Amino acid sequence: MKADVEHNSLLTIEGMRVEFPSRRGHVVAVERLDLSVEPGEILGVVGESGAGKSTIGNAVIGLLEPPGEMTEGTILLKGDRIDHLDDAAQRKIRGARIGMIFQDPLTSLDPLQTIERQLVDTIQRHLNLAESEARARAVDLLDQVGIPDPDVRIAQYPHQFSGGMRQRVVIALALCADPELIIADEPTTALDVSVQAQILDLMKALCRDRQVGMILITHDMGVISETADRVAVMYRGRVVETGTTQQIMSKPTHDYTRSLISAVPRPDKRLKRFPLVTYIEDAEERPEGLNLATHWLGKVREEHKLTGNLVELKDAHMRFITRHSLFPSRRLYLDAVKDVSFAIQPGEVFGLVGESGSGKSTIARMITGIYKPSGGIIEFDGTDMTALQSRAAAAPFRRQMQMIFQDPFSSLNPRMRVEDIIEEPIHFHKMAYDQSEARQIMHDLLDVVGLGAQAARKFPHEFSGGQRQRISIARALATRPRFLICDEPTSALDVSIQAQVLNLLKDLQSELNLTMLFISHDLPVIRQICDRVGVMRNGQLLEVAPTETLFTDPQHDYTKHLLKLMPKFRGFRMPELES
Amino acid sequence: MSLLTLACALTAPAVIEDVAQAMTDTTAQTTQKSWLARAADSDLWYSFVRSPVTIVSTIVTILFFVSAIFANWIAPHNPFDLASISIMDASLPPAWMEGSDPRFWLGTDDQGRDILSTIIFGARISLFVGFASVIFSMILGISLGLISGYVGGRLDAFIMRVADIQLSFPAILIALLIDGVARGVLPREMHQDLVFYVLIFAIGISGWVQYARTVRGSTLVEKNKEYVQAARVIGIGPLIILWRHILPNVMGPVLVIATIHLAIAVITEATLSFLGVGVPPTTPSLGTLIRIGNDYLFSGEWWITIFPGIALVLLVLAINLLGDWLRDALNPKLR
Repeated sequence: MKADVEHNSLLTIEGMRVEFPSRRGHVVAVERLDLSVEPGEILGVVGESGAGKSTIGNAVIGLLEPPGEMTEGTILLKGDRIDHLDDAAQRKIRGARIGMIFQDPLTSLDPLQTIERQLVDTIQRHLNLAESEARARAVDLLDQVGIPDPDVRIAQYPHQFSGGMRQRVVIALALCADPELIIADEPTTALDVSVQAQILDLMKALCRDRQVGMILITHDMGVISETADRVAVMYRGRVVETGTTQQIMSKPTHDYTRSLISAVPRPDKRLKRFPLVTYIEDAEERPEGLNLATHWLGKVREEHKLTGNLVELKDAHMRFITRHSLFPSRRLYLDAVKDVSFAIQPGEVFGLVGESGSGKSTIARMITGIYKPSGGIIEFDGTDMTALQSRAAAAPFRRQMQMIFQDPFSSLNPRMRVEDIIEEPIHFHKMAYDQSEARQIMHDLLDVVGLGAQAARKFPHEFSGGQRQRISIARALATRPRFLICDEPTSALDVSIQAQVLNLLKDLQSELNLTMLFISHDLPVIRQICDRVGVMRNGQLLEVAPTETLFTDPQHDYTKHLLKLMPKFRGFRMPELES
Repeated sequence: MSLLTLACALTAPAVIEDVAQAMTDTTAQTTQKSWLARAADSDLWYSFVRSPVTIVSTIVTILFFVSAIFANWIAPHNPFDLASISIMDASLPPAWMEGSDPRFWLGTDDQGRDILSTIIFGARISLFVGFASVIFSMILGISLGLISGYVGGRLDAFIMRVADIQLSFPAILIALLIDGVARGVLPREMHQDLVFYVLIFAIGISGWVQYARTVRGSTLVEKNKEYVQAARVIGIGPLIILWRHILPNVMGPVLVIATIHLAIAVITEATLSFLGVGVPPTTPSLGTLIRIGNDYLFSGEWWITIFPGIALVLLVLAINLLGDWLRDALNPKLR
């Protein structure tokens, strides 16, 4: 495409190469990159973490993090070269001709200044307007991005806006000086599904109406397929494929694109296994021939035959104090979980779905005993856990329930070796006679999760996110639990890694006959993995139903609403992967 | 004075372990290499060899430590051996001045003690008191900080208010106060014997707040991380969680504070001794020497106070520069 680029494109990037010099050699973040954006067009840049997506955006607005620098190539904005400008000239372009929308609306607004101050300052910096004119323009902009009562709300501070509203303000900020190009770096990743759809619609409408070009950087295929006109797929610093969205989604030619698209969990149909991306180099599968049924992990643990439910919540309530005071009447409370009741049967995978702040994670932490419920009963195997007074009394139950956390980067102690991390629960629950047996169990566990024994001596930071999540799983399995809680286990992972980890969980679940509580905000993932699903909002459990029933015949209005918002991603599928 | 070596031996493994930890943190895929190879490959060493100021201050610090530990063999005279000093040698100027004695390079003090030897032995006392009080402060501050951060609630509020109250007094005032109380409470002879311990306690107690606040802050961050929750899910009790999981992760900043605190402790000791409430004149520390010399400053015998003064400045400056470098080198944002 390089040959036919003419200089009437809005933005043209030719042969870009960005390097980050370090003492261990230069890291090439982006190389041989050619891109162009037309006015009114949304160019989606998609790729997994570390592919160099954000680096492109930062290079265009001249905000590469030191020591990164662009060593080759040119960037043309309407025919003007904008690379190799000095700082003052860069600042004139930034904001005025190129606007930027960042990922996290919580941190991209100054909390100490009113929205008015921030908007008016930005407008006055770039446009020669009087204070009152600038204010009028700011109100107008807020109105355009869909903020109700803009002339009242403009005087408020960022914390008085919700996450979605804040992102609208950020968009208004980016539009202040009528830029020709907007760079949006993961603009909806921090938002809930329902808000995400609105923001994407808004961005689409603004680009079309104002003839603004946009580079939309994201890892989310669903966002791309609904928003972008054209797509560039990045892999390891290079664009492996570009084309119209339609073309990329339905007829991808590059192997990586094909794998990436088919790894997106299907919202419309339940498959036995997640399609595995073949293009990922460090994909690890469990060694064959490890028969879990005869392995110690699968051995029955003093388990009596269960008759009833394994876990049951009866009117569980959780109330946090948000303002402390000596006088009870002046205290403020937040009810994170309101009288929730449900039961999980042995061997089933129970899903909890809901938006952020709906109380899903709080329930997980109540069951595991991290939080003590302020009301109601939590039964495990017929025993009321809330009535157990001492840690010693609770220990046998702790052993039988384990948890896998969301963030693989903070769920492992960075100062401990992998072997110590996995052996800790073994030693604590005295599940091995001596050190050598513990070591043997630890090696077996590493094999089971597909890491291999050579991982034992390393520290967590030497592993990627997906590998760390495998270590987390190994630690959770070390006590041979019957009940496993997975709190958003893959939401911090790339889609290809997500498929691997979910497959592993699925295999372990069926081979060890584990009971699982699976918490996620991602409906397609829930559909693939859960037997029954509960829908939560604002601390209340609205509906519980078998998965297929819930997806085909939702009862509650909120569930219907959520299902309607679920990305309708109908991309290319590799039939051979969907056995 | 074998206590000094004991103190060194106590802190050294902890410090080495932590530095080694910081080194391994930054080197990926090198687990199989030897400890030495890993150290030479680490970012810490990389930043060390590129900072001449740090190299010089390390050399100065090591010189002080070596001469303090091996004072008996290095010092030309033993200033504490009353039999070897003669009043006839009193107030001799440094070797390059007129009327000097070549046996005493930096001259002698009013009682005929060799200044160089007294500095070496004085630095030993200063370093010993400094080290011991830093360790005392560290243990107290880290424990209170961990408890305060992890338990929270009223206990946290109480400990932090005590810390706030203490911070509103100058550290030297607290040290003076404790020293004064000890003098009043203990019988005279007993106080003579216990003077070092009183001094260590006084300096140590005046410095714990820094550690407690830093550790509390880091603990508040660490205790909400998922690895701590994972440990709680396993069922591990709070003491083991604090010891095994949180403590190693909050030690980084503590190490830096300890280095700079060592310099402050040496200064505090010198100040107390200068004011006459520190170590007795028979076994002078650097501060005592400066005080003794101060009386003779205006009668022309400047060397008695100037040389110990220079030694003190060099020691404290070197340790401070080392601490500053360590702070920057361990801060990933400044790398």
